[in-house]
Amino acid sequence: MANQTFNAGVQDYKLTYWTPDYTPLDTDLLACFKVIPQAGVPREEAAAAVAAESSTGTWTTVWTDLLTDMEFYKGRCYRIEDVPGNKDAFYAFIAYPLDLFEEGSVVNVLTSLVGNVFGFKAVRSLRLEDIRFPVAFIKTCGGPPSGIQVERDKLNKYGRPMLGCTIKPKLGLSAKNYGRAVYECLRGGLDLTKDDENINSQPFQRWRDRFSFVADAINKAEAETGEVKGHYLNVTAATCEDMMERAEYAKELGVRIVMHDFLTGGFTANTSLANWCRKNGMLLHIHRAMHAVIDRNPNHGIHFRVLAKCLRLSGGDHLHTGTVVGKLEGDRASTLGFVDQLREAFVPEDRSRGVFFDQDWGSMPGVFAVASGGIHVWHMPALVTIFGDDSVLQFGGGTQGHPGGNAAGAAANRVALEACVKARNEGRDLEREGGDILRDAARHSPELAVALETWKEIKFEFDTVDKLDA
Amino acid sequence: MSVMSSGDFRTTRTYETFSFLPPLSQDEIYDQIVYIINQGWTPALEHEAPEQASEHYWGMWKLPFFGMRNPDQVLAELEECRRAYPDHLIRMVGYDNYTQCKGHEFVVYRPRGL
Repeated sequence: MANQTFNAGVQDYKLTYWTPDYTPLDTDLLACFKVIPQAGVPREEAAAAVAAESSTGTWTTVWTDLLTDMEFYKGRCYRIEDVPGNKDAFYAFIAYPLDLFEEGSVVNVLTSLVGNVFGFKAVRSLRLEDIRFPVAFIKTCGGPPSGIQVERDKLNKYGRPMLGCTIKPKLGLSAKNYGRAVYECLRGGLDLTKDDENINSQPFQRWRDRFSFVADAINKAEAETGEVKGHYLNVTAATCEDMMERAEYAKELGVRIVMHDFLTGGFTANTSLANWCRKNGMLLHIHRAMHAVIDRNPNHGIHFRVLAKCLRLSGGDHLHTGTVVGKLEGDRASTLGFVDQLREAFVPEDRSRGVFFDQDWGSMPGVFAVASGGIHVWHMPALVTIFGDDSVLQFGGGTQGHPGGNAAGAAANRVALEACVKARNEGRDLEREGGDILRDAARHSPELAVALETWKEIKFEFDTVDKLDA
Repeated sequence: MSVMSSGDFRTTRTYETFSFLPPLSQDEIYDQIVYIINQGWTPALEHEAPEQASEHYWGMWKLPFFGMRNPDQVLAELEECRRAYPDHLIRMVGYDNYTQCKGHEFVVYRPRGL
């Protein structure tokens, strides 16, 4: 490099950052972007610009480039592909050397990959579709505080999905009435209940009061049923100090699980909380408020599979994934694609599920997929089929909207769940015979019979906005 | 449905998976054993006095049935366990050595009165 000279000025990005002959290394971090360039900008130039702006480059040549080995540090676009069904867009595959990222920091990865580049004028829109994290990076991240296997052992839940419920109305209950709603759900047969994401510590219900009453509710339900119960106490707060204070108090009360909103709270707070949970033997439930702002537009933003991967690295034992069948957006194949990323040790490339890279998770523990939002007993056969055992199925309105109240609603859901799991194990086709299985189960459960009658007409059949490219 | 007709929901003592279903028949237990074996898991039996049922560890009935492919033989073991511990709860377990977790677990016998 001693013969390099400094030529001030602007040169095409593609001269440096478009390297179609490059073979990515096992230690490279790989990313796939969907790019729609501005009119007149060639694909190679737009792709190279994305590689440059998300790694070492800037718009002009600087003399200090020559003080380092840019060939070693630069991100490279090594492949361009057509996007099926969209002639304006293309996929750009970019490889980043491991040295560009701080160990254990998904914050640092995102700051580079989805930083300034997303406002870059030469591209009309940009979407980060997938990241392949190298095992060398994964090994520097803490990951889930407990993971699926340890959580099952702690909660004594085997052979089936767990059952949860978000306490409603989401805002406005006093702490004591709120604890009552929790107790009713748990005594009726649910495993877990959940604070709504926007319950933090408002004037009508301060956090310490909620935590205390909910702990009472859990203890009483456990004593009466003999089963292990939990409630996700939301420790999301205005500052990290407040968050930690709430988590400490939850631990002091002897509860098993706390919850956090990883996008509104931020990855730094999330990683700190996950580390604290790992150190203190607490489980961590993760909600995803704000995700649809980032991931719903098919041409701009970040696909949720990337956010899900980042969460597994940052740390969480549960993550909301949508339900496919309920009131909220979610394409089935795409959802299964990122559910795999949460739970499996290795996920192979599978374009039919929107998975662009093989992903080896090393020995990182798995995260429970949480299906929550507008689901009721009639959805149970589909949910068990789609999500399998390593999931939490959360029926909010679908528990508390039962004419007999929370306990009856909880029992109805538990009966429906167990009937579906039993039938599945017997080799029956849940999605085809689901109706019969539920009606049979209702013959010995008046609570389920009432639930089936109450929600028989409710459907959420709207087309998905964010579909896989095909 | 009016509030008054919805009935009182009585809390009951339950024993985790399948507690909300009617007691399983021999045939139904057989099907679940087949499921355990077909998953590649190892069937096993555990038993415990009802007052200690909420503890993590129950007594093991012999060792897990490693290499077992015959559901009838597992049912025979269950019968033997039941005769030896008529006052204990008995649960069927499927050990999954890949996840190092129990893949399945449910109570198959409750002593009279439970």
